Parts: sequence; C-alpha cells; structure tokens
Amino acid sequence: MRVWAVFCFVLLAFSPALARADWASLREAGELGWGADLQGGEPYVYESPSEPGVIVGFEVEIAEALGRELGLRAKFHQNDWSNLIPSLERGDFDLALNGLEDTPARRARLRLSRPYFVYGETLAVRAGSPLRTLADLSGRRIGTLNQTVAQDLLQAQHADVVLYEGQQEPYLDLGQGRVEGVLLDHVIADRYGCGQPGLSCVKQDLARGTYVIGMRPADVELASRVDGALSRLIESGELRRILEHWKLWDARQEELGARAPAAVLKPASAQSASAAAPALAPAPTKQAMSAAQLGLFVQGALVTILISVCAFAFALPVGVFLAVIRGHGGRVSRFLATAYVELFRGTPVLLQLYVLYYGLSSVIRLGAIEAAILGLGLNYAAYEAEVHRGALAALPRGQAEAASSLGLSRYQVLRHVLLPQSLRIALPALTNDFVALLKDSSLVSVITVVELTKRMTIVAVELRDWVVPGLLCAGMYFAMSFPLSRLSLWLERRYQSV
Amino acid sequence: MIRITGLHKAFAGSPVLSGIDATVAEGKIVALLGASGSGKSTLLRCLNGLSTFDAGSLEIAGFSLTPGAHDGRTLHALRAKVGMVFQEFHLFSHLSVLDNVTLAPRIARGTARAQAEAHARELLAQVGLAERAHAMPRELSGGQKQRVAIARALAQGVRVLLLDEPTSALDPELREEVREVLRKVARGAHGASGAGLTILLVTHEHALAHELADEIWTLAGGTIVAKSAPAKP
Repeated sequence: MRVWAVFCFVLLAFSPALARADWASLREAGELGWGADLQGGEPYVYESPSEPGVIVGFEVEIAEALGRELGLRAKFHQNDWSNLIPSLERGDFDLALNGLEDTPARRARLRLSRPYFVYGETLAVRAGSPLRTLADLSGRRIGTLNQTVAQDLLQAQHADVVLYEGQQEPYLDLGQGRVEGVLLDHVIADRYGCGQPGLSCVKQDLARGTYVIGMRPADVELASRVDGALSRLIESGELRRILEHWKLWDARQEELGARAPAAVLKPASAQSASAAAPALAPAPTKQAMSAAQLGLFVQGALVTILISVCAFAFALPVGVFLAVIRGHGGRVSRFLATAYVELFRGTPVLLQLYVLYYGLSSVIRLGAIEAAILGLGLNYAAYEAEVHRGALAALPRGQAEAASSLGLSRYQVLRHVLLPQSLRIALPALTNDFVALLKDSSLVSVITVVELTKRMTIVAVELRDWVVPGLLCAGMYFAMSFPLSRLSLWLERRYQSV
Repeated sequence: MIRITGLHKAFAGSPVLSGIDATVAEGKIVALLGASGSGKSTLLRCLNGLSTFDAGSLEIAGFSLTPGAHDGRTLHALRAKVGMVFQEFHLFSHLSVLDNVTLAPRIARGTARAQAEAHARELLAQVGLAERAHAMPRELSGGQKQRVAIARALAQGVRVLLLDEPTSALDPELREEVREVLRKVARGAHGASGAGLTILLVTHEHALAHELADEIWTLAGGTIVAKSAPAKP
C-alpha cells in the first residue's frame, strides 16, 4: 500500500498536467512549444517530401515568426489532431496551432488568439449533383472531419454526418458514392477534393470562419503577447508573405485585419494580467454527461457487439474450413490455406481495414459496417484456422481410422467424428479470441464506424473529461467480456473429460 | 471368406509382409499369433483397406483388393461387410454408447434412426450393456468400452470381423468380460443359421486362441510360418 502511495505521488509530481507554463517560465526556458498533427497535414504542417524529418507548412512558418516576435525558439510537438486540446490542457505544449477553428465551444474552453487565417466552408460533390447550399444538405449523407465547425453546421441541418480522421478519405468515399458530399475548409477541399476526377466544388463558401491559436485559460500573459505578435505580423505584411508563399492568400484574408478581437491586450505584468484579461465566456469546467450522450454510448456498444458477433460468425466457419484444408487438403489447397493464414496473421489488421475500405474501393464498394465486419472476419479467420488446426491435431489418430473402418467417407469422418470433438477442444481458445475481437473492433473507427471506443473519445473531447467516459467505456467492455469468460469456464468444465 | 494371395507390404523400404498366402473359409475362426512387430496388425489393416499393399491380392467378403490406392466406392461397400475392432477401442468420445453403435448405419448406410437404434439395442444386450445405452464413453470401464466397440463393429450386419488384439489394452481382471463376449460372437459364427461370421482374431492370448479358433496361424518375419489346429481341451 505504502509503495503504491509513493508511486502515485511520484507519478503526480512528474505529471506534465501540473506543469503550467506562465510567461516567466517560458522566457526562462526560451522555448515555445506548439502542437499539431503531421498526418495528412499539407499545407498546414507536414514532413517535407524531399527532406524526410524536416517539418514544413504555413503554420510552421507562422509558429517560427511568432517565436521570433516573442524572442523564443518555436518547438514543434507532434500530436494526434483529435486530441490536440486535451494535450494542450495537460501541458504537453503551450500553443495548439493547427487549423483550429474559432467556435463558441472552444472559446468557452480555451483562450483563443486573434485569427491568423480566414477559411470558407467548401462543399465538394460528385459532378452533376444538385446539392448547393447548407439547406440542401438536410437528411443527406455528408462527410467531414471530427470536431470541426463543418460538423456543427451539418448537425444543425440534420444531415447524416459521416466523420473521418484523415483529410483524403472523405473525398475518396465521395468518389465511391459512399457519401453525397463533403463539407470542409477550402484549404483542405482545394488540396484533396476539388481537383479529383468526377468531383466538383461549389464556388460560393457555405460559411466563413477563422483559424486561431488555442492556449490554456490560465496563460493570460502568453495569450496577450501572442495576440500582440500576431497583430505585428499582420501589420508588417509578414503573415501575408507567408500565406502568399503557400499560395493561400486570397480575398478572404483581407478580413484578417478587421477580425482582430475587440480588445487586443497590451503585454501586462503578471500581477495585473488576471485583472486585465477578458472574461472567458462560461467557466471551462467539466460538464456532466447528458442522457443523450449516455444513449449514444449504448448505441456505440451495440455497434461493437454487432460488428464483433458478425465478424466472429464469419471467422469461425472460414477458420474451420482453412484448418480442414491445411490438415486434409491437397498440396495446392494446403499451400493456399497456409498462405492465407500467414498473410492475414502477419500484417496489421489496421492495414487490412484500410486496404479493404479505401484501397479496394474501386473493385468492391463496401459500406463501412460491412467492411468492418469483413475486415475483422477475414483477419480473425486466420487465427481461428490455427486454433482449429491445433485442436484437430490433438485428436487421437484412431478416431479417424475407426470412423473410416466403419465406412464413413472422408467428409463424414470430419463432419460427424473429428469436428464435433475438435470444436470442444477449441472452445476455451474460441471464447478467448472472441473477447479479443470485442476489443479489436475499436480499430474500425479508422473507416468511419463509430463504435464504443470512438464514441468514448468523441464524448470525452466534448466534455473535456476522460475519466467518466473512460470508466463508462471500460465498464461496458467489461460487461460484455466478463460473462463470456465465465461461459468459457463453464463450457470447459462441462467438456473437460472429452 | 478371406483369401490372401502373395501379399507383400513394406514400410519405407523395409518389408513387413513378404508373401502371405492363406485362406479363411466362410464361417471359420482363425487366430493369428506372433511376436510384436511381426506384421499381424498390418495384415488386418490391409484386409479392410486402412493400409494399401505393394503386391499380391486380397479377397474378402466378396470384394477384391489390388495393390495401390483403393477407390472410395469399393471401400465404402467393403466396410459394410467387414467390421474391425481395435486394441484401443477408439470409441467416439462425444457420442453416447447408443450413438457410437448407430453412427455408421445411420450416416454411412442411411438406415432410419429408429431401425438403427432397435438393432443397436439388440447388439448392446448381446454384449451385456443394454442399460448403458445412454452412457458416455468416459463413464465406462475399459472392458465395457471394448464390448461397445464390438457391438459397433457388428452393427452393419458384417460377414467378416477383424479383431486386433481386443484384450491387450485391458487390465487382466477386465479381460474375461471381453472374452465372454467373444465366445458368444464365436458361437454365433458357428451357429446353425448358416449365415456364419468369418473371424480373424489377432491376439497374444494363446489360451483364447486355442479355445475359440478353428485354425491357428503363426506369423514371423513377414510370413506365416505355421498353420495348426487348436489344441482343444
């Protein structure tokens, strides 16, 4: 007990969550940490294709310009985009600078800088589509990125919103007909969508918004200095030069000067800073989970169960089939079955899901749920094949011989004598694999399926609380897997002497 | 009837059976004696097609077998007439006693369940296990298991019964119950009904061989070195 207490104390003492940067300590360290996501980050923040390891993008140049203005060295921190704000709050870095849109929700939670970029919400559709305005999107299946203004706009229109993690995937799905339109910032639409064959973008912006820099509410002085630095970059024309260099300067950016916040704070001393700071709208406290969110959790759990049960129902017979072929097939079919097992066991299931859903979409066009079931099913079939191969090999040779000597055909021997016995042997391993599948099913969120874990991350970001949703999510997985392990034990006891 | 002509069989180049010539007449019982590894079990396995052989020919229950692989249809028909009992019983552990006996008639021969079960119950009564029809194999003693295996081998109305050391895996005190069943089967074979069962019994038990058999063969070095009449007490 005491060891644990010491351990927890040490953990807390070193936890970055407690490290709150104030201006003085920043200046002492001489470093300005900023967080962004490299993945699909062009032209924001990405790895230079010609110089691996070198980070480029217009936000990189803005961060460096800010650093120069503030007399600090800008240091990049890679962070998954959807968790940018929690990581900022934890204290992993000081600025969230990565296409962060100015929204009332973010304004309530964070301290936001003045804008550094004006974007237009751009609707991409397939050629010939009648969709033109936000109102047209009501009830339509429209893709966008998670946690964006576009998501809020679509939900307000009661569109059937499909959420993606990457910037290219929604346009791939649009081309394949899996969604009817994609609503995203013009920067993303111009790079990834509008130029694609068969796709076109609606000329008029459906809405306009700004990118801002997110900071912790407590970093009052940092925020005012960042605003001051941004203002200087705008006035000196430095920001315009950066955006022109990235071919991002357009008529929209003329609004930047006008969009300065009403009260740009002058740098203030630490004592007066809190008094001078503009009041953050509602205090950014943790919110309680609503009944609707709880309902969505249950829905997520049902999706998890649906995918797991269907995938296992697919994997089991395919696995048995492969095991039988490996044990009893001819040379060629044995080789093919072995190749299948090695291929699906030897490559990550995440990769298989990507290939199945995006890579093969021009060959077979699967819905997200279907692709999830098939992808996990194909993968688990390889594992089941090995389980059943082992179980079949564990049976005494005499069983097959005795059955043959009675005149049963090879198929009948398998069907009536060998498989009923090997299935009993395999039973504990099968339940074990099913429990593993329940949890692996969370991987399918990469192909837009919102299951239990994905729902948890969405709600956690909304509530800015990972503890309650996390515990609820864990509880739900436990509620699903615990009865299964009890069932496995019971079955094992029942058939133990077989 | 069993006729074995010039039978040769080698495993990986080393001969196991090297020229067996012998006949078991219809309704007769032959006991096959010989040291371990003398090829007794291999001969039985050749007779019901579980093993192939290299040269010679076999006739059994009206079927002819030639060297090399056998076609499935011949084996399927042959095994309806030739039953086999193994040293280690090989009962199907997931099936009840009754289902062990009825499996082949129902699945391989298409006999209706009711008919197969009625016949199975008769056979189980003959081997003294009428009340254990619904027991699982794990609930039986070794002797009981072997009696079920004998009933299972007889369930298809076979004309030839091949017994591969049916008492060897049993504790001495359990052997007598199996011997008793074998005596009963042998009496049936010698019965006046005319539809006599031909039996080839591989055994180490000389007393049993002399008691049951009409003729005793001794196998050594892959050939039959002696054929003799039993010494009846």
